Amino acid sequence: MKWFGLIATAFTGILLLSAVGDFARFGDPHSPANAGVGDRPSVSQYYITDTYADTKVPNIVTAVLADYRGYDTMFETVVIFAAGISIFAILRSLGGPVVPVSHPQAIDTSVDGDHQRIIIGTTCRLMIPVIQLFALYVVAHGHHSPGGGFQGGVILGASFILLALAKDLGTALGRFSEKRYLTLGCVGIMIYAGFGLLCQALERNLLDYEILHRIMPATDAVMARSHSMLGVEVGVAFTVTAIMFAIYSNLSSNGRLDHGL
Amino acid sequence: MIVPFDIIILIFLVITAVISLRVRDLLSATMILGVYSFLICLLWAEMGAVDVAFTEAAVGAGVSTVFMIATIYHTRRRSSD
Repeated sequence: MKWFGLIATAFTGILLLSAVGDFARFGDPHSPANAGVGDRPSVSQYYITDTYADTKVPNIVTAVLADYRGYDTMFETVVIFAAGISIFAILRSLGGPVVPVSHPQAIDTSVDGDHQRIIIGTTCRLMIPVIQLFALYVVAHGHHSPGGGFQGGVILGASFILLALAKDLGTALGRFSEKRYLTLGCVGIMIYAGFGLLCQALERNLLDYEILHRIMPATDAVMARSHSMLGVEVGVAFTVTAIMFAIYSNLSSNGRLDHGL
Repeated sequence: MIVPFDIIILIFLVITAVISLRVRDLLSATMILGVYSFLICLLWAEMGAVDVAFTEAAVGAGVSTVFMIATIYHTRRRSSD
């Protein structure tokens, strides 16, 4: 069996390496993906030349992700939500009844433990607001710089995970309880799907944001796309934040939500 | 794209991948996988895919390492069967 695995791996490796030679050179302007086939321009050319005129968003990646390929991103968010819900369902049904913890069980009275608590606690108290502010910046500034809903949501979720690691899971759950994170996860998807359905209600295709200038005050069709992208990214950030913390809180406490690591 | 920089990162990628497979301790393997994620993040940033690099730094190196550590804390050193 071991030999069989080795042969299969070597064979696949040789096959993959032999295919590398067929790739276009990195950044080659004449490759079909960049130059298009024959007289027809490629889709990447369209993105590079027309994105700013279409949407007024300088970061093409965000525009492709949230507007041109918005359908894909919506269900990516649903996949993350489904992953979180399935981890929640498996661990919480295996973990037994939830024992809510109102106070830390074992109070470490040794001097050494106290020093550690002060150092870690103070560091986290200083760090967490900065991390959360940066996460909000990443979400809101995704139009102009790298970032967006996924990255900002992960950073925001990580700040709650840091709180749970520094104190205990009970403290973090006090700030961001189970009911609250599940609600937030659903609300995020509803925001995204709501933008899509709103376009349909105004007699356009799903996620065709242009028409939203009718209900957004003081916008034209171009800025409506830009603003809708921001709204959609906020929805993604809500879901990702909630699901990241949901996964951590269930994994670290084996589904019992008691004291964590 | 800077070729010498690429080669250095790719060599370190292979080294960290092999070490994380060979190491016996799960916690060390997780840490080395975190290093691997950061190297890939460097590679992507250097190739110009900054958005992907950002996601890798946040998800691959940050949160998934914490998830794996949280899971490893609930395992035992010896298997029970």
